[in-house]
Amino acid sequence: MRRQHPLVVAISYLTMAFLYMPLVGVAIFSVNAARRGMVWKGFTLKWYLKLFENEWILEAAWNTLLLAVISTIIATILGTILAIAMDRFPWRSRTSNFLDIILHIPVIIPDIILAASLVVAFGLLRLASSIFEPGLLNMIIGHITFQIAFVALVVRSRLVAIGREVEEAARDLFATNWYLLRKVMLPLLMPGIIAGAMLAFTLSLDDFVISFFTAGPDSQTLPLFIFAAVRRGVTPQIHALSTLIMLVTVVLVVLTERFTRRQEKIV
Amino acid sequence: MKRADSILTWYGELTTRQQLLKRGSLLLTPGMLWLMLFLVLPSLVLVVVSVVTRGAYGQLEWVFTLENYKRLAGFTLFGWTPDYLMILWRSVVVAFFTTLVSVILSYPLCFFIAGRPEHSRYLWLTLVIIPFWTNMVIRAYAWFLILSPELPFARLAAIFGFIPDGAPLYPNAFAVYLGMVSMFLPFVTLPLYASVERLDWSLVEAAQDLYASRFRTFTQAILPQTMPGLSVGIILTFVPAMGMFVVPDLLGGAKYMLVGNLIQQQFGTSRDWPFGAAISMGLMVLTMIGLQIYRRKGKEIEVI
Repeated sequence: MRRQHPLVVAISYLTMAFLYMPLVGVAIFSVNAARRGMVWKGFTLKWYLKLFENEWILEAAWNTLLLAVISTIIATILGTILAIAMDRFPWRSRTSNFLDIILHIPVIIPDIILAASLVVAFGLLRLASSIFEPGLLNMIIGHITFQIAFVALVVRSRLVAIGREVEEAARDLFATNWYLLRKVMLPLLMPGIIAGAMLAFTLSLDDFVISFFTAGPDSQTLPLFIFAAVRRGVTPQIHALSTLIMLVTVVLVVLTERFTRRQEKIV
Repeated sequence: MKRADSILTWYGELTTRQQLLKRGSLLLTPGMLWLMLFLVLPSLVLVVVSVVTRGAYGQLEWVFTLENYKRLAGFTLFGWTPDYLMILWRSVVVAFFTTLVSVILSYPLCFFIAGRPEHSRYLWLTLVIIPFWTNMVIRAYAWFLILSPELPFARLAAIFGFIPDGAPLYPNAFAVYLGMVSMFLPFVTLPLYASVERLDWSLVEAAQDLYASRFRTFTQAILPQTMPGLSVGIILTFVPAMGMFVVPDLLGGAKYMLVGNLIQQQFGTSRDWPFGAAISMGLMVLTMIGLQIYRRKGKEIEVI
């Protein structure tokens, strides 16, 4: 192990403190009995219990989950097929460059621009059909749009990593297209597909901007709820809600890390 | 020899180029159709909307005009007032300094983590990944809480006379920077770490053996080796930081508006889509310039 300069160590600890201090602050105040103000009035868990009585929050939680699950499923299917289509066929370099650029747009551009263009597009689509009123459908469409790109990029890197030898061997043994896809490609790709789906799911849970621009009155999600609540004034319930979401994030991160590290060991 | 329908073996499959492309296009269709419909087409519509007129009730009137861009550039009936240009410029400055501070803090952090024994290395990495994935509304809100008037930070600032007694430490530029840096720091640290982990220390030692100063050791031995991770980190920070609107909204207030807030305003309360579209185009141009300047330095950009 290399000896480290004390300054490097000090800066690192301070940086981590800087990252975590606000989050820990929220967690501390979520178990504070005081209804108002920032004075410590003793330990309590009642704000957590109150969360489960709050219909608004329960509905927002349900919306968040529904949005994430539906958009992730659709985006994973579309993104996986797209990745296979882009990687496994003899496209001219101009075609594949073009596809590549399109795929990178949602990754590169600020999400507020995607959100703005969706607002305008849905506004025009509303002239044709009222199902494009701001609401869950619009949010699902918006989320899928940026998720597809991330899923396709992750699956494509897996496609490159597994190479084509097994595929070629299957062909030599007279596998049909369908058999090849089902029995060879999908099992080999599965870690990539799962990693892509997990990424898409977390991106959906994390998203604020796209949801903020496309949500309707009946489709509040938890981030939208918290954002609106801060403007009305912070309450202990919001601290508790935020802390719960942070805990869920920690669990998801740890699970994902375990999963990817196990995959790395296998490969 | 390159006739379109000549038979070829494509990884064990006896087929023709045409047939392959037909199957490929079929697979390409669902995903690309989606992206065309909901990504490319809306972006083009946004361009069109940026040159039409806003009606009296916020509806679109299909009269083409450059008024929105003139307004963005500051030309009004009463002469030139660069308010909007100032907001654009401020967004670039905030994004720049956010990126710079994140890079400066990330280097020591990455070296620190890389130098830990293997087991605790993963723990430290996970500690960086957790904020990366924590919802940004919650993280902005957490700063909002920490800077409230009753807590030590605002008190301290009040004692030194930076803010009036009993006031929170927001909304101001300082709070925006705190929020922005903590928001984007992991976006630099994680890709940079991937490069630092693979660093070839013998080059650093060679530089030291040749009596290079610390500064030269960094610029000649460490910086070139960590460039791939650093470039990803810079792109991942600078671009979204310019469009950020949660942090300036909660911690910056009306006095420290960034372009994200301005766009949001046009699509929200002001209901001025054409002007909002024009500002989005402005932000888009800034993004492209940023990416171009970066690319000119000859670095491959690999975002994932």
